[in-house]
Amino acid sequence: MPNLKDLKVRINSVQSTQKITSAMKMVAAAKLRRAQEQAEEARPYSQRMDRMIAALAGKMSNVGGPELLAGTGSKEKFLLVVMTADRGLCGGFNSSIVRATRKRIAELQENGKSVKLLCVGKKGADQLRRDASDLITDALEGITRGPIEFAAASDIGARLIQMFEADEFDVCSLIYNKFQSAMTQIVTEQQIIPASVAGETNTTPSIGAYEYEPDEEQILAELLPRNVSTQIFSALLENTASEHGARMTAMDSATRNAGDMIDKLTLTYNRTRQAFITKELIEIISGAEAL
Amino acid sequence: MVDTTLFELVSPEKLVMSKNVSMVVVPGTEGLFGVLPRHSSMLSTLAPGVINVYDGDDVTDSLFVINGFAEVTEERCTVLAEEVIPVEDIDTDKYEKQTEMLKDEASRSESGSAEKIRKNIEEREQILAAMINAKNH
Repeated sequence: MPNLKDLKVRINSVQSTQKITSAMKMVAAAKLRRAQEQAEEARPYSQRMDRMIAALAGKMSNVGGPELLAGTGSKEKFLLVVMTADRGLCGGFNSSIVRATRKRIAELQENGKSVKLLCVGKKGADQLRRDASDLITDALEGITRGPIEFAAASDIGARLIQMFEADEFDVCSLIYNKFQSAMTQIVTEQQIIPASVAGETNTTPSIGAYEYEPDEEQILAELLPRNVSTQIFSALLENTASEHGARMTAMDSATRNAGDMIDKLTLTYNRTRQAFITKELIEIISGAEAL
Repeated sequence: MVDTTLFELVSPEKLVMSKNVSMVVVPGTEGLFGVLPRHSSMLSTLAPGVINVYDGDDVTDSLFVINGFAEVTEERCTVLAEEVIPVEDIDTDKYEKQTEMLKDEASRSESGSAEKIRKNIEEREQILAAMINAKNH
């Protein structure tokens, strides 16, 4: 028969765990709201950036354009920028990204391509280091702490462009979680170098009617690196919103599980207590009868 | 004046301004240009400087922008800028200090990376000059 004191201790410990998880849920909910707002506010910039690039790219497509737009010509070396969270306890958030990354690496390597990784976020780097440590060029941490700043994204962007210019890769993609709702996040792979402008052709009816100052090439040369940073920035924002959403959901179910567990333990506790009392009564009664 | 054009100023963080104006003056890399309604379509890079928004003959807003682009079409003018600071909030001292710190860094680091920092400093000095200019107007 379980010991009453042990049961009491267990109940207490589950209760304090529940307090922690429910507090974490509240925090995640507040952060989620902020992250969502930030993502919402950042949308106009990337939309308009896309529109400009589409207008320019439409014009440049026959000429070829700079390498950031047209690519290096080969598709041999791939760089994957893997975005995860710096902290755990957010359900399957990190592992789903890592799983998608592993799958992609295997797929690319099977086709004889070379793959490199740049990890953003501590958790992804930790998990990938186990089996793909030789592919990781660097791991960045601490970006998702606090509100995301554009400067952080443009640092990463500058770094990618430097690597691209040093011919370290031909194609660069981001892997991150796109925010759908607090319950669902979609692992997304998005190619950023060379820039993909497909599906943006009908945004400006007046393509080709623009005047350029100084000229197309110079504008593109400035716009494209900026566009890389912008895409990284919006991916970071989506990813952060997803992280908080995933954490909120995970903590919600953890809180509920803890509640179920407390109910069950309390039931056992009461039954055991009852059994003890009954037992003692029987002892007393049978003792009295024996006299 | 009824004749207006839609002016939008967007930074990576948010849509800073979106309103109908009678004219905006934008600091293009090849000189200031004014945008009136039905301006012909153009794309331009921007120099660090001040955007003046006009309603009638009065300037309603003055905003300092860094690293920007402008897209002008007949019915709107869109400016994308990495940083947007209202002119009255420009803090030249702070900017100067940051630049000084970069200079320090440049003198200490190796030649390869110092080159890059120096380039950065040059850029910042241009921005600073533009800021001082903006403040005095």
